[in-house]
Amino acid sequence: MRSVADIIVQGILLGGLYALFATGLSLVFGVMRLVNLAHGDFIVVAAFAAFCVVSALPVHPFVAILAVVPFMAGLGYLLQIGLFNRLLGNNPLRSLLVTFGVSVILQNMLLMIFSADTRRLSAGSIETQSVDVGAVAIGVYPVVVFAIALAVTMTLQWVFYSTSLGQRLRATSDDPEIVGLVGINHLRVFAIASAIGFAVIGVAGVLMAVRGNFDPFLGPSRLLVAFEAVIIGGLGNFWGTLVGGIVIGLAQSFGAGIDPSYQTIAGHIVFFLVLLLWPDGLFPKVAHQ
Amino acid sequence: MPLLQVEDLNAFYDDFQALFGIGLHLGEGECIAVIGANGAGKSTLLRSLVGLHRERSIKRLNFADMEIGTLAASKIAAMGMTLVPEGRRLFSSLTVEENLTIGRSAGRIGYWNLSRIYELFPALPELARRQVARLSGGQQQMVAMGRALMTNPKLLLCDEISLGLAPVIVKAIYDNFRRVRGQGTALVVVEQDISQALSVADRIYCLRKGAVVLAGRSADFTRDRIASAYFGMEEA
Repeated sequence: MRSVADIIVQGILLGGLYALFATGLSLVFGVMRLVNLAHGDFIVVAAFAAFCVVSALPVHPFVAILAVVPFMAGLGYLLQIGLFNRLLGNNPLRSLLVTFGVSVILQNMLLMIFSADTRRLSAGSIETQSVDVGAVAIGVYPVVVFAIALAVTMTLQWVFYSTSLGQRLRATSDDPEIVGLVGINHLRVFAIASAIGFAVIGVAGVLMAVRGNFDPFLGPSRLLVAFEAVIIGGLGNFWGTLVGGIVIGLAQSFGAGIDPSYQTIAGHIVFFLVLLLWPDGLFPKVAHQ
Repeated sequence: MPLLQVEDLNAFYDDFQALFGIGLHLGEGECIAVIGANGAGKSTLLRSLVGLHRERSIKRLNFADMEIGTLAASKIAAMGMTLVPEGRRLFSSLTVEENLTIGRSAGRIGYWNLSRIYELFPALPELARRQVARLSGGQQQMVAMGRALMTNPKLLLCDEISLGLAPVIVKAIYDNFRRVRGQGTALVVVEQDISQALSVADRIYCLRKGAVVLAGRSADFTRDRIASAYFGMEEA
Protein backbone atom coordinates (compact mmCIF):
# COMPACT_ATOMS: atom_id res chain seq x y z
CA MET A 1 0.00 0.00 0.00
CA ARG A 2 1.42 3.40 -1.02
CA SER A 3 1.44 6.24 1.46
CA VAL A 4 -0.94 9.17 1.03
CA ALA A 5 2.01 11.53 0.60
CA ASP A 6 3.31 9.36 -2.22
CA ILE A 7 -0.09 9.34 -3.92
CA ILE A 8 -0.36 13.14 -3.69
CA VAL A 9 3.13 13.76 -5.08
CA GLN A 10 2.67 11.34 -7.98
CA GLY A 11 -0.75 12.83 -8.73
CA ILE A 12 0.52 16.41 -8.85
CA LEU A 13 3.44 15.44 -11.10
CA LEU A 14 1.16 13.48 -13.44
CA GLY A 15 -1.04 16.58 -13.56
CA GLY A 16 1.83 18.49 -15.16
CA LEU A 17 1.69 16.25 -18.24
CA TYR A 18 -2.10 16.51 -18.36
CA ALA A 19 -1.84 20.29 -18.16
CA LEU A 20 0.48 20.22 -21.19
CA PHE A 21 -2.10 18.13 -23.06
CA ALA A 22 -4.71 20.75 -22.22
CA THR A 23 -2.89 24.06 -22.66
CA GLY A 24 -2.99 24.09 -26.47
CA LEU A 25 -6.71 23.32 -26.39
CA SER A 26 -7.31 26.06 -23.84
CA LEU A 27 -5.38 28.60 -25.91
CA VAL A 28 -7.09 27.81 -29.20
CA PHE A 29 -10.51 27.86 -27.59
CA GLY A 30 -9.73 30.99 -25.59
CA VAL A 31 -8.61 33.05 -28.57
CA MET A 32 -10.90 31.87 -31.36
CA ARG A 33 -13.68 29.82 -29.72
CA LEU A 34 -12.68 26.88 -31.89
CA VAL A 35 -13.12 23.39 -30.46
CA ASN A 36 -10.58 21.10 -32.07
CA LEU A 37 -11.70 17.48 -31.71
CA ALA A 38 -8.46 16.34 -33.38
CA HIS A 39 -6.39 17.91 -30.59
CA GLY A 40 -5.47 14.55 -29.04
CA ASP A 41 -4.54 13.13 -32.43
CA PHE A 42 -2.16 16.03 -33.02
CA ILE A 43 -0.46 15.15 -29.70
CA VAL A 44 0.03 11.64 -31.14
CA VAL A 45 1.27 13.13 -34.42
CA ALA A 46 3.88 15.03 -32.40
CA ALA A 47 4.87 11.80 -30.64
CA PHE A 48 5.36 10.03 -33.98
CA ALA A 49 7.25 13.03 -35.32
CA ALA A 50 9.65 12.67 -32.39
CA PHE A 51 9.82 8.94 -33.10
CA CYS A 52 10.92 9.72 -36.67
CA VAL A 53 13.57 12.15 -35.46
CA VAL A 54 15.15 9.75 -32.94
CA SER A 55 14.95 6.89 -35.47
CA ALA A 56 16.78 8.92 -38.11
CA LEU A 57 19.29 10.72 -35.93
CA PRO A 58 21.21 9.51 -32.88
CA VAL A 59 19.74 12.15 -30.60
CA HIS A 60 18.05 12.15 -27.21
CA PRO A 61 14.23 12.61 -27.28
CA PHE A 62 14.64 15.92 -25.45
CA VAL A 63 16.72 17.18 -28.38
CA ALA A 64 13.96 16.00 -30.72
CA ILE A 65 11.70 18.59 -29.07
CA LEU A 66 13.76 21.26 -30.85
CA ALA A 67 12.71 19.80 -34.20
CA VAL A 68 9.16 18.74 -33.32
CA VAL A 69 8.05 22.09 -31.85
CA PRO A 70 8.77 24.20 -34.98
CA PHE A 71 7.29 21.45 -37.14
CA MET A 72 4.07 21.43 -35.13
CA ALA A 73 3.93 25.24 -34.94
CA GLY A 74 4.23 25.44 -38.73
CA LEU A 75 1.59 22.75 -39.14
CA GLY A 76 -0.74 24.67 -36.80
CA TYR A 77 -0.19 27.92 -38.69
CA LEU A 78 -0.89 26.35 -42.09
CA LEU A 79 -3.91 24.37 -40.89
CA GLN A 80 -5.41 27.52 -39.41
CA ILE A 81 -4.92 29.50 -42.64
CA GLY A 82 -5.98 26.67 -44.93
CA LEU A 83 -8.76 25.00 -42.95
CA PHE A 84 -9.76 26.15 -39.47
CA ASN A 85 -10.23 29.82 -40.42
CA ARG A 86 -12.94 28.68 -42.83
CA LEU A 87 -14.90 27.03 -40.01
CA LEU A 88 -15.35 30.09 -37.84
CA GLY A 89 -18.76 31.64 -37.46
CA ASN A 90 -21.94 31.28 -35.53
CA ASN A 91 -22.38 27.59 -36.16
CA PRO A 92 -20.16 25.52 -33.82
CA LEU A 93 -21.24 22.32 -35.55
CA ARG A 94 -19.02 23.06 -38.54
CA SER A 95 -15.79 23.04 -36.56
CA LEU A 96 -16.90 19.99 -34.56
CA LEU A 97 -17.71 17.97 -37.70
CA VAL A 98 -14.61 18.97 -39.63
CA THR A 99 -12.14 18.48 -36.77
CA PHE A 100 -13.77 15.13 -36.02
CA GLY A 101 -13.09 14.23 -39.66
CA VAL A 102 -9.50 15.42 -39.29
CA SER A 103 -9.20 13.17 -36.24
CA VAL A 104 -10.30 10.10 -38.22
CA ILE A 105 -7.97 10.96 -41.11
CA LEU A 106 -4.98 11.44 -38.80
CA GLN A 107 -5.54 8.14 -37.01
CA ASN A 108 -5.72 6.23 -40.27
CA MET A 109 -2.76 8.05 -41.79
CA LEU A 110 -0.65 7.18 -38.75
CA LEU A 111 -1.86 3.59 -38.98
CA MET A 112 -0.86 3.35 -42.65
CA ILE A 113 2.56 4.87 -42.11
CA PHE A 114 3.55 3.43 -38.72
CA SER A 115 1.28 0.34 -38.33
CA ALA A 116 -0.66 -0.38 -35.14
CA ASP A 117 2.45 -1.29 -33.12
CA THR A 118 2.81 0.45 -29.80
CA ARG A 119 5.94 2.58 -29.54
CA ARG A 120 7.87 4.30 -26.83
CA LEU A 121 10.82 6.64 -26.87
CA SER A 122 13.69 5.84 -24.58
CA ALA A 123 15.20 8.75 -22.69
CA GLY A 124 17.81 6.62 -20.95
CA SER A 125 18.47 6.53 -17.23
CA ILE A 126 16.44 9.66 -16.43
CA GLU A 127 13.29 7.56 -16.78
CA THR A 128 14.11 5.43 -13.76
CA GLN A 129 16.08 7.82 -11.59
CA SER A 130 14.42 8.98 -8.42
CA VAL A 131 15.17 11.06 -5.38
CA ASP A 132 14.08 9.96 -1.92
CA VAL A 133 12.40 12.69 0.05
CA GLY A 134 11.42 11.20 3.40
CA ALA A 135 9.32 8.15 2.67
CA VAL A 136 8.44 9.31 -0.85
CA ALA A 137 10.49 8.41 -3.92
CA ILE A 138 10.11 11.21 -6.45
CA GLY A 139 10.88 10.29 -10.06
CA VAL A 140 13.22 12.68 -11.82
CA TYR A 141 11.41 12.46 -15.16
CA PRO A 142 7.96 13.40 -13.79
CA VAL A 143 9.59 16.35 -12.00
CA VAL A 144 11.18 17.49 -15.27
CA VAL A 145 7.82 17.20 -17.04
CA PHE A 146 6.11 19.16 -14.29
CA ALA A 147 8.78 21.86 -14.44
CA ILE A 148 8.29 22.14 -18.20
CA ALA A 149 4.51 22.44 -17.73
CA LEU A 150 5.10 25.20 -15.20
CA ALA A 151 7.52 26.97 -17.55
CA VAL A 152 5.10 26.71 -20.49
CA THR A 153 2.26 28.13 -18.39
CA MET A 154 4.40 31.00 -17.13
CA THR A 155 5.67 31.77 -20.63
CA LEU A 156 2.18 31.85 -22.10
CA GLN A 157 0.93 34.00 -19.25
CA TRP A 158 3.82 36.40 -19.91
CA VAL A 159 3.23 36.46 -23.67
CA PHE A 160 -0.49 37.11 -23.21
CA TYR A 161 -0.27 39.79 -20.54
CA SER A 162 3.10 41.52 -21.05
CA THR A 163 3.78 41.66 -24.79
CA SER A 164 2.22 43.50 -27.71
CA LEU A 165 1.53 40.13 -29.36
CA GLY A 166 -0.47 39.17 -26.27
CA GLN A 167 -2.32 42.47 -26.45
CA ARG A 168 -3.32 41.65 -30.03
CA LEU A 169 -4.29 38.09 -29.08
CA ARG A 170 -6.52 39.25 -26.21
CA ALA A 171 -8.11 42.04 -28.27
CA THR A 172 -8.85 39.59 -31.09
CA SER A 173 -10.35 37.18 -28.59
CA ASP A 174 -12.56 39.97 -27.23
CA ASP A 175 -13.80 41.19 -30.60
CA PRO A 176 -12.40 39.69 -33.82
CA GLU A 177 -14.41 42.12 -35.95
CA ILE A 178 -13.37 45.38 -34.32
CA VAL A 179 -9.61 44.63 -34.33
CA GLY A 180 -9.81 45.22 -38.08
CA LEU A 181 -10.42 48.91 -37.32
CA VAL A 182 -6.97 49.22 -35.74
CA GLY A 183 -5.30 47.41 -38.62
CA ILE A 184 -5.20 43.89 -37.17
CA ASN A 185 -6.08 40.99 -39.46
CA HIS A 186 -7.92 38.63 -37.11
CA LEU A 187 -7.33 35.60 -39.34
CA ARG A 188 -3.58 36.15 -39.10
CA VAL A 189 -3.80 36.49 -35.31
CA PHE A 190 -5.75 33.23 -35.23
CA ALA A 191 -2.98 31.56 -37.24
CA ILE A 192 -0.36 32.80 -34.76
CA ALA A 193 -2.48 31.57 -31.83
CA SER A 194 -2.82 28.20 -33.54
CA ALA A 195 0.95 28.04 -34.10
CA ILE A 196 1.57 28.68 -30.39
CA GLY A 197 -1.04 26.10 -29.40
CA PHE A 198 0.51 23.51 -31.72
CA ALA A 199 3.99 24.29 -30.37
CA VAL A 200 2.71 23.31 -26.91
CA ILE A 201 1.17 20.19 -28.47
CA GLY A 202 4.66 19.38 -29.79
CA VAL A 203 6.17 19.59 -26.31
CA ALA A 204 3.33 17.52 -24.83
CA GLY A 205 3.60 14.84 -27.53
CA VAL A 206 7.32 14.25 -27.04
CA LEU A 207 7.06 14.13 -23.25
CA MET A 208 4.13 11.72 -23.52
CA ALA A 209 6.10 9.48 -25.88
CA VAL A 210 8.85 9.08 -23.30
CA ARG A 211 6.52 8.58 -20.37
CA GLY A 212 4.53 5.67 -21.80
CA ASN A 213 3.45 3.64 -24.78
CA PHE A 214 1.63 5.25 -27.68
CA ASP A 215 -0.06 4.05 -30.85
CA PRO A 216 -2.09 5.73 -33.64
CA PHE A 217 -5.34 5.43 -31.70
CA LEU A 218 -4.32 7.08 -28.43
CA GLY A 219 -5.57 10.55 -29.49
CA PRO A 220 -9.20 10.51 -28.31
CA SER A 221 -8.25 9.50 -24.76
CA ARG A 222 -5.69 12.35 -24.64
CA LEU A 223 -8.40 14.71 -25.92
CA LEU A 224 -10.71 13.60 -23.12
CA VAL A 225 -8.12 14.33 -20.44
CA ALA A 226 -7.31 17.67 -22.07
CA PHE A 227 -10.99 18.66 -22.18
CA GLU A 228 -11.50 17.72 -18.56
CA ALA A 229 -8.48 19.74 -17.42
CA VAL A 230 -9.55 22.78 -19.45
CA ILE A 231 -13.12 22.70 -18.19
CA ILE A 232 -12.13 22.14 -14.55
CA GLY A 233 -9.76 25.09 -14.74
CA GLY A 234 -12.18 27.42 -16.48
CA LEU A 235 -12.02 28.06 -20.22
CA GLY A 236 -9.23 30.23 -21.55
CA ASN A 237 -7.25 30.53 -18.29
CA PHE A 238 -3.68 29.10 -18.36
CA TRP A 239 -3.13 28.83 -14.61
CA GLY A 240 -6.60 27.34 -14.30
CA THR A 241 -5.68 24.76 -16.94
CA LEU A 242 -2.56 23.81 -14.95
CA VAL A 243 -4.69 23.39 -11.82
CA GLY A 244 -7.23 21.42 -13.85
CA GLY A 245 -4.50 19.06 -15.00
CA ILE A 246 -3.32 18.61 -11.40
CA VAL A 247 -6.88 17.90 -10.21
CA ILE A 248 -7.23 15.12 -12.81
CA GLY A 249 -3.76 13.80 -11.97
CA LEU A 250 -4.55 13.70 -8.24
CA ALA A 251 -7.91 12.02 -8.82
CA GLN A 252 -6.29 9.33 -10.98
CA SER A 253 -3.50 8.85 -8.48
CA PHE A 254 -5.95 8.33 -5.61
CA GLY A 255 -8.07 6.03 -7.77
CA ALA A 256 -5.02 3.95 -8.64
CA GLY A 257 -4.06 3.91 -4.95
CA ILE A 258 -7.32 2.17 -4.10
CA ASP A 259 -7.18 -0.21 -7.06
CA PRO A 260 -5.12 0.19 -10.26
CA SER A 261 -8.22 -0.39 -12.38
CA TYR A 262 -9.88 2.69 -10.84
CA GLN A 263 -7.27 5.14 -12.16
CA THR A 264 -9.06 6.40 -15.27
CA ILE A 265 -12.59 6.33 -13.91
CA ALA A 266 -11.55 8.28 -10.80
CA GLY A 267 -10.45 11.18 -13.03
CA HIS A 268 -13.78 11.15 -14.87
CA ILE A 269 -15.76 11.04 -11.60
CA VAL A 270 -13.94 14.05 -10.18
CA PHE A 271 -14.47 15.89 -13.47
CA PHE A 272 -18.18 15.09 -13.26
CA LEU A 273 -18.35 16.33 -9.66
CA VAL A 274 -16.59 19.61 -10.50
CA LEU A 275 -18.94 20.15 -13.43
CA LEU A 276 -21.91 19.52 -11.14
CA LEU A 277 -20.74 21.92 -8.41
CA TRP A 278 -18.96 24.62 -10.47
CA PRO A 279 -20.28 24.47 -14.04
CA ASP A 280 -17.98 27.35 -15.12
CA GLY A 281 -14.88 25.62 -13.75
CA LEU A 282 -12.83 26.52 -10.69
CA PHE A 283 -11.45 29.74 -12.19
CA PRO A 284 -13.98 31.21 -14.61
CA LYS A 285 -12.54 33.93 -16.80
CA VAL A 286 -13.07 37.13 -14.84
CA ALA A 287 -12.21 39.71 -17.50
CA HIS A 288 -15.65 39.69 -19.15
CA GLN A 289 -18.08 41.46 -16.86
CA MET B 1 -9.66 63.98 -56.66
CA PRO B 2 -11.71 63.74 -53.44
CA LEU B 3 -10.39 61.77 -50.45
CA LEU B 4 -13.37 59.45 -50.49
CA GLN B 5 -15.65 58.76 -53.41
CA VAL B 6 -18.57 56.35 -53.27
CA GLU B 7 -20.79 55.45 -56.19
CA ASP B 8 -23.83 53.19 -56.20
CA LEU B 9 -23.35 51.42 -52.87
CA ASN B 10 -25.94 48.76 -52.10
CA ALA B 11 -25.86 46.76 -48.86
CA PHE B 12 -27.79 43.68 -47.83
CA TYR B 13 -28.62 41.47 -44.87
CA ASP B 14 -29.54 38.20 -46.54
CA ASP B 15 -32.75 39.00 -48.47
CA PHE B 16 -33.17 42.42 -46.93
CA GLN B 17 -31.63 45.38 -48.73
CA ALA B 18 -30.45 48.06 -46.30
CA LEU B 19 -28.82 50.59 -48.64
CA PHE B 20 -29.89 51.62 -52.16
CA GLY B 21 -27.49 53.23 -54.60
CA ILE B 22 -25.71 55.49 -52.14
CA GLY B 23 -23.33 58.04 -53.62
CA LEU B 24 -21.22 60.41 -51.60
CA HIS B 25 -17.90 62.18 -51.67
CA LEU B 26 -15.64 63.89 -49.20
CA GLY B 27 -12.62 66.14 -49.63
CA GLU B 28 -9.37 66.22 -47.67
CA GLY B 29 -10.00 67.59 -44.18
CA GLU B 30 -13.72 68.01 -44.78
CA CYS B 31 -16.41 67.10 -42.24
CA ILE B 32 -19.74 65.69 -43.32
CA ALA B 33 -22.64 64.53 -41.21
CA VAL B 34 -24.90 61.63 -42.08
CA ILE B 35 -28.26 62.03 -40.40
CA GLY B 36 -31.37 59.96 -40.39
CA ALA B 37 -33.83 58.16 -38.15
CA ASN B 38 -33.29 54.80 -36.51
CA GLY B 39 -32.98 52.09 -39.13
CA ALA B 40 -32.26 54.52 -41.98
CA GLY B 41 -29.02 52.66 -42.73
CA LYS B 42 -26.47 55.06 -41.24
CA SER B 43 -24.46 52.43 -39.34
CA THR B 44 -24.59 50.02 -42.27
CA LEU B 45 -23.22 52.79 -44.49
CA LEU B 46 -20.24 53.42 -42.20
CA ARG B 47 -19.60 49.70 -41.69
CA SER B 48 -19.70 49.17 -45.47
CA LEU B 49 -17.19 51.96 -46.05
CA VAL B 50 -14.56 50.59 -43.64
CA GLY B 51 -14.96 47.01 -44.85
CA LEU B 52 -16.74 45.54 -41.81
CA HIS B 53 -20.00 44.93 -43.62
CA ARG B 54 -19.15 42.71 -46.60
CA GLU B 55 -22.60 41.91 -47.96
CA ARG B 56 -22.64 44.77 -50.44
CA SER B 57 -22.14 45.77 -54.03
CA ILE B 58 -20.32 48.96 -54.99
CA LYS B 59 -19.69 50.46 -58.37
CA ARG B 60 -16.88 52.52 -56.94
CA LEU B 61 -15.31 52.90 -53.50
CA ASN B 62 -12.26 55.08 -53.80
CA PHE B 63 -10.16 56.21 -50.88
CA ALA B 64 -6.96 58.23 -51.20
CA ASP B 65 -6.72 57.36 -54.92
CA MET B 66 -7.08 53.63 -54.30
CA GLU B 67 -9.99 51.32 -55.04
CA ILE B 68 -10.73 49.70 -51.64
CA GLY B 69 -13.98 47.89 -52.39
CA THR B 70 -12.42 44.45 -51.97
CA LEU B 71 -10.05 45.18 -49.08
CA ALA B 72 -10.43 43.89 -45.52
CA ALA B 73 -11.02 46.35 -42.68
CA SER B 74 -7.46 45.84 -41.41
CA LYS B 75 -6.00 46.94 -44.76
CA ILE B 76 -8.32 49.94 -44.95
CA ALA B 77 -7.34 50.99 -41.41
CA ALA B 78 -3.68 50.74 -42.40
CA MET B 79 -4.44 53.05 -45.34
CA GLY B 80 -5.91 55.64 -43.00
CA MET B 81 -9.67 55.17 -42.69
CA THR B 82 -11.16 53.89 -39.46
CA LEU B 83 -14.37 53.96 -37.47
CA VAL B 84 -15.42 54.72 -33.91
CA PRO B 85 -18.09 52.02 -33.82
CA GLU B 86 -21.59 52.28 -32.46
CA GLY B 87 -21.70 51.08 -28.87
CA ARG B 88 -17.93 51.79 -28.50
CA ARG B 89 -16.93 48.11 -28.70
CA LEU B 90 -13.84 48.44 -26.49
CA PHE B 91 -11.65 45.40 -25.86
CA SER B 92 -12.93 44.24 -22.49
CA SER B 93 -9.88 42.26 -21.36
CA LEU B 94 -7.52 45.15 -22.11
CA THR B 95 -6.81 48.10 -19.83
CA VAL B 96 -7.56 51.67 -20.89
CA GLU B 97 -3.98 52.22 -21.97
CA GLU B 98 -3.84 48.91 -23.86
CA ASN B 99 -7.07 49.86 -25.66
CA LEU B 100 -5.32 53.02 -26.81
CA THR B 101 -1.89 51.65 -27.71
CA ILE B 102 -3.41 48.84 -29.78
CA GLY B 103 -4.20 51.59 -32.29
CA ARG B 104 -0.50 51.50 -33.18
CA SER B 105 -1.12 48.14 -34.87
CA ALA B 106 -2.26 50.03 -37.96
CA GLY B 107 1.38 51.02 -38.41
CA ARG B 108 0.61 54.69 -39.04
CA ILE B 109 2.84 57.18 -37.29
CA GLY B 110 1.71 60.77 -37.15
CA TYR B 111 0.51 63.55 -34.92
CA TRP B 112 -1.49 61.36 -32.54
CA ASN B 113 0.40 59.38 -29.93
CA LEU B 114 -0.37 58.34 -26.37
CA SER B 115 0.66 61.60 -24.73
CA ARG B 116 -1.35 63.69 -27.22
CA ILE B 117 -4.42 61.50 -26.60
CA TYR B 118 -3.97 61.96 -22.85
CA GLU B 119 -3.69 65.69 -23.43
CA LEU B 120 -6.89 65.65 -25.52
CA PHE B 121 -8.74 63.65 -22.83
CA PRO B 122 -7.20 64.74 -19.50
CA ALA B 123 -9.52 62.37 -17.60
CA LEU B 124 -7.84 59.28 -19.08
CA PRO B 125 -4.27 59.20 -17.67
CA GLU B 126 -5.37 58.38 -14.14
CA LEU B 127 -7.56 55.55 -15.51
CA ALA B 128 -4.75 54.07 -17.60
CA ARG B 129 -4.48 50.77 -15.69
CA ARG B 130 -8.21 50.31 -15.23
CA GLN B 131 -10.30 47.68 -17.02
CA VAL B 132 -12.59 49.45 -19.49
CA ALA B 133 -15.73 47.77 -18.14
CA ARG B 134 -15.36 49.85 -14.97
CA LEU B 135 -15.46 53.18 -16.82
CA SER B 136 -18.46 55.46 -17.27
CA GLY B 137 -20.07 55.70 -20.70
CA GLY B 138 -18.41 59.04 -21.39
CA GLN B 139 -14.99 57.77 -20.38
CA GLN B 140 -15.48 54.71 -22.58
CA GLN B 141 -16.38 56.96 -25.51
CA MET B 142 -13.15 58.91 -24.97
CA VAL B 143 -11.18 55.65 -25.07
CA ALA B 144 -12.99 54.58 -28.24
CA MET B 145 -12.15 57.88 -29.94
CA GLY B 146 -8.59 57.76 -28.62
CA ARG B 147 -8.14 54.22 -29.95
CA ALA B 148 -9.25 55.33 -33.42
CA LEU B 149 -7.07 58.46 -33.36
CA MET B 150 -4.04 56.34 -32.39
CA THR B 151 -4.22 54.87 -35.91
CA ASN B 152 -3.59 58.42 -37.21
CA PRO B 153 -6.44 58.30 -39.73
CA LYS B 154 -6.80 60.57 -42.73
CA LEU B 155 -10.53 59.96 -42.42
CA LEU B 156 -12.31 59.17 -39.16
CA LEU B 157 -15.88 57.86 -39.14
CA CYS B 158 -17.88 58.33 -35.92
CA ASP B 159 -21.05 56.33 -35.35
CA GLU B 160 -23.46 57.96 -32.88
CA ILE B 161 -20.81 58.89 -30.39
CA SER B 162 -23.25 61.04 -28.41
CA LEU B 163 -25.74 58.23 -27.87
CA GLY B 164 -26.64 57.77 -24.20
CA LEU B 165 -24.18 60.37 -22.91
CA ALA B 166 -24.85 63.43 -20.77
CA PRO B 167 -25.07 66.70 -22.79
CA VAL B 168 -22.01 68.19 -21.06
CA ILE B 169 -19.90 65.18 -22.11
CA VAL B 170 -21.28 65.29 -25.66
CA LYS B 171 -20.24 68.93 -25.86
CA ALA B 172 -16.75 68.12 -24.59
CA ILE B 173 -16.34 65.38 -27.21
CA TYR B 174 -17.63 67.57 -30.04
CA ASP B 175 -15.29 70.38 -28.94
CA ASN B 176 -12.44 67.97 -29.51
CA PHE B 177 -13.46 67.50 -33.13
CA ARG B 178 -12.03 70.94 -33.85
CA ARG B 179 -8.63 69.83 -32.67
CA VAL B 180 -8.91 66.60 -34.68
CA ARG B 181 -9.83 68.54 -37.82
CA GLY B 182 -7.02 70.95 -37.10
CA GLN B 183 -4.62 68.11 -37.85
CA GLY B 184 -6.12 67.74 -41.32
CA THR B 185 -8.25 64.69 -40.46
CA ALA B 186 -11.49 64.44 -42.40
CA LEU B 187 -14.59 63.35 -40.51
CA VAL B 188 -17.84 61.57 -41.21
CA VAL B 189 -20.19 61.95 -38.28
CA VAL B 190 -23.36 59.91 -37.94
CA GLU B 191 -25.93 61.53 -35.69
CA GLN B 192 -29.59 61.32 -34.84
CA ASP B 193 -29.37 64.78 -33.28
CA ILE B 194 -29.73 67.21 -36.19
CA SER B 195 -28.51 70.36 -34.41
CA GLN B 196 -25.42 68.55 -33.19
CA ALA B 197 -24.71 67.43 -36.76
CA LEU B 198 -25.25 70.89 -38.23
CA SER B 199 -22.90 72.47 -35.71
CA VAL B 200 -19.85 70.48 -36.81
CA ALA B 201 -20.44 69.50 -40.42
CA ASP B 202 -19.62 71.39 -43.61
CA ARG B 203 -22.16 69.33 -45.52
CA ILE B 204 -24.88 66.87 -44.62
CA TYR B 205 -26.37 63.77 -46.16
CA CYS B 206 -29.79 62.75 -44.94
CA LEU B 207 -30.67 59.06 -45.22
CA ARG B 208 -34.14 57.60 -45.21
CA LYS B 209 -34.94 53.94 -45.75
CA GLY B 210 -31.46 53.28 -47.05
CA ALA B 211 -31.29 56.07 -49.65
CA VAL B 212 -29.93 59.61 -49.69
CA VAL B 213 -32.96 61.93 -49.68
CA LEU B 214 -31.19 65.23 -49.09
CA ALA B 215 -27.60 66.33 -49.54
CA GLY B 216 -25.84 69.64 -49.51
CA ARG B 217 -24.14 72.35 -47.48
CA SER B 218 -25.33 72.59 -43.90
CA ALA B 219 -25.84 76.33 -44.16
CA ASP B 220 -28.20 75.99 -47.14
CA PHE B 221 -30.93 74.13 -45.26
CA THR B 222 -33.41 75.26 -42.69
CA ARG B 223 -34.08 72.97 -39.76
CA ASP B 224 -37.61 72.37 -41.05
CA ARG B 225 -36.38 71.32 -44.48
CA ILE B 226 -34.03 68.79 -42.87
CA ALA B 227 -36.65 67.57 -40.43
CA SER B 228 -39.12 66.89 -43.22
CA ALA B 229 -36.52 64.93 -45.21
CA TYR B 230 -35.54 63.09 -42.05
CA PHE B 231 -39.10 61.97 -41.35
CA GLY B 232 -40.18 61.66 -44.98
CA MET B 233 -42.78 64.45 -45.07
CA GLU B 234 -41.42 66.58 -47.91
CA GLU B 235 -44.24 65.60 -50.31
CA ALA B 236 -46.94 66.05 -47.73
